[in-house]
Amino acid sequence: MHKSHVNWSAIATDPRFRSLHRKKSRFLWGLMIFSMVYYFLLPVMAAYFKDLFDTQVWGPINFGLLFALSEFVIAWAIAIIYARRANREFDAIAQELVSNAHTIGS
Amino acid sequence: MSEWKKTVVTVGLGFSTLLVSTSALAAEEGVGEEHRALTLAVFGAIIAITLYITYWAAKYTHSTTEFYAAGRSVSGMQNGWAIAGDYLSAASFLGIAGLISLYGYDGFMYSVGFLVAYITVLLMIAEPCRNIGKYTLGDILAFRNNPKAAKTVAALSTITVSTFYLIAQMVGGGVLIKTLVGIDYEVSVAVVGVLMLSYVVFGGMKATTWVQIVKAVLLVLASLLLVLFVWAPYGFSFPAFLQGVAGDAKVHAQVAKLLGDSAANMTPEQLGQRFLEPGLLLKNPLDQLSLGLALVLGTAGLPHILMRFFTVPTAQEARKSVIWAMAIIGGFYVLTLFLGMGAATLVGAAKITALDKGGNMAAPLLAQFVGGGPDSLLGNFFLAFVAAVAFATIVAVVAGLVLASASAMAHDIYVGVIRGDQATPAEQVKAARIASLIVGVISIVLGILSKGQNVAHLVGLAFAVAASSNLPAVVMTLYWKRCNTTGVVLGMVIGGLSAIVLVMVSPNMTYPLKVKAEAQKVIDAAPATLEKLQISLSITTDPANQAVIQKEITKVEGDVAKAKSDLEKLGTQTSSLVGLEKPLIELKNPGIISIPLGFLMVILGSLFTRDKRAEEMWDELYVRQNTGIHAEGASPH
Repeated sequence: MHKSHVNWSAIATDPRFRSLHRKKSRFLWGLMIFSMVYYFLLPVMAAYFKDLFDTQVWGPINFGLLFALSEFVIAWAIAIIYARRANREFDAIAQELVSNAHTIGS
Repeated sequence: MSEWKKTVVTVGLGFSTLLVSTSALAAEEGVGEEHRALTLAVFGAIIAITLYITYWAAKYTHSTTEFYAAGRSVSGMQNGWAIAGDYLSAASFLGIAGLISLYGYDGFMYSVGFLVAYITVLLMIAEPCRNIGKYTLGDILAFRNNPKAAKTVAALSTITVSTFYLIAQMVGGGVLIKTLVGIDYEVSVAVVGVLMLSYVVFGGMKATTWVQIVKAVLLVLASLLLVLFVWAPYGFSFPAFLQGVAGDAKVHAQVAKLLGDSAANMTPEQLGQRFLEPGLLLKNPLDQLSLGLALVLGTAGLPHILMRFFTVPTAQEARKSVIWAMAIIGGFYVLTLFLGMGAATLVGAAKITALDKGGNMAAPLLAQFVGGGPDSLLGNFFLAFVAAVAFATIVAVVAGLVLASASAMAHDIYVGVIRGDQATPAEQVKAARIASLIVGVISIVLGILSKGQNVAHLVGLAFAVAASSNLPAVVMTLYWKRCNTTGVVLGMVIGGLSAIVLVMVSPNMTYPLKVKAEAQKVIDAAPATLEKLQISLSITTDPANQAVIQKEITKVEGDVAKAKSDLEKLGTQTSSLVGLEKPLIELKNPGIISIPLGFLMVILGSLFTRDKRAEEMWDELYVRQNTGIHAEGASPH
């Protein structure tokens, strides 16, 4: 691949790129904010809702333990959700832009 | 000279306890003389494997892309294992299992942040960096900012973060090997250093990657094996296992000790259940938020982790490698829950803290126990295996850190700034090897000089600096159109420096007045306690009881001797390393202040200045980071 002759500003304003950018931004920042909020719920609830965390749900297992374990499940779920959407949707649009990179705007 | 001595003494008091206590393990409970050969055989086998990998990798390592990025030929799955190998340092393997064994729930809660950190890496950092970067953090920042300025601050920050991390690993590793194998601290550090250097200098990133993969696989296998032994007696039922933990007398004793007076009216059942509830270790929510923020944002700014994304051929493989890393790291922390809880019941907090106050010996002692105890061959084989895995862990992590520092020195500073990107390929590889050698030798020297220092908080500091300096610069460069050179330089310098300064004035440092007051308290209380013990000794006729009391007397006398030596060491000192009598702030981790400050400085610096190149390059950067057009390809063989 020659490393010249790509009109970057033309690609940046190309409708396909703009739609990729829009979809990605909304999706990524949404997941990011959700995961941060969910993570910091753990220390905040452990400190201020200790009674809830201490409530035994199943034998010795209390709500706090389940919540801590759910942090793992949620983290993995976010990773899988992101990977599926990126593999199916984002990669295809990006690939189309890559193969047309030298013709857009020239 | 006296200044240096003062520094060593001031910072070092806490760690000297660890050294004294751990050498007891070698003498009493660790690998005894008769099992030394076994230990050395297990260590030798693992070292032989890694050296063979290096020999194989060295045949390919002739170009900079090979040296820094393993030819970009590492697959997503392999890189995922290597990231896990890079990230699961001795601190997390031994440290978190130890925290769980001593503090139950809170130790486990501590581990969550280490996994969640990878969401930031996955969503914001891995793919864009792979698409626009080449070898280093400096390459990412130099894309649209002034290359020389960006590379200089990036290299300084990389070397700072890696050095903090490195010293913690070197000192921890030296103590661990001294304890488990029985060789001198200085020799241990030198062995770690020389081995790590041979991987890096001869095999570059390819050897480092494969050493990390082998080590991660061994670490997971060792943990799985231990969990099997710990969990099987409960029929692999989670509630039954926790019931066993909550019903254990050793756990009750530990919780009672932690709670002090407030435990007086609690039943054993309540004490056991308390172990599974929050609040035994982490008391200050603000501290936790601060630490959590540093972990979750700092990981994405660790140069040795960033560098791993340049070893895969495409952004898709970079994505895959984070997914793999998250599966392995998360799974590993779930295993540590069993390791820690298992150690709490089978070994007991009393025995664990007797060897190391921080709990670092929980996993090795658990291994020895499930194998049949200190006198059995299998028990000592297990101990040797876990020790060898911990050793491999340290060497692999240190290799990754040295490679990151060396790339900053050779690629960013020498080739980028001094030679203006004009160096020939052969010269670049030579520079990389020489830089590795320099960094390696410095790290061995620093490791030996830091003997006896309290370095536990250095890993936290490395995360905090990475989160306050590197992360704001990278995120803003990648996602904010207005970001420019002034903002990046200002943000990195002030973000990083503020984190360091805040730690220097925090409770993490040693404050002589406080230490002396505590030592004096121990000395003052001792005569009364000793008298009481002597009286009960004289009226007891039962020999078992006499032995117990005698043991306690020895312990009190030992505490007094230690307190006296503390007092003597401190002499007339009244202030900490930076001249404070008491901490200026109560925050143990600076993240909650320094991270927003880092971001703010990038924003202000960018808003108040104009930078033509940063503006002109924005379209190219944004298109490239999203699409991968013109991304650096794999090197042809």
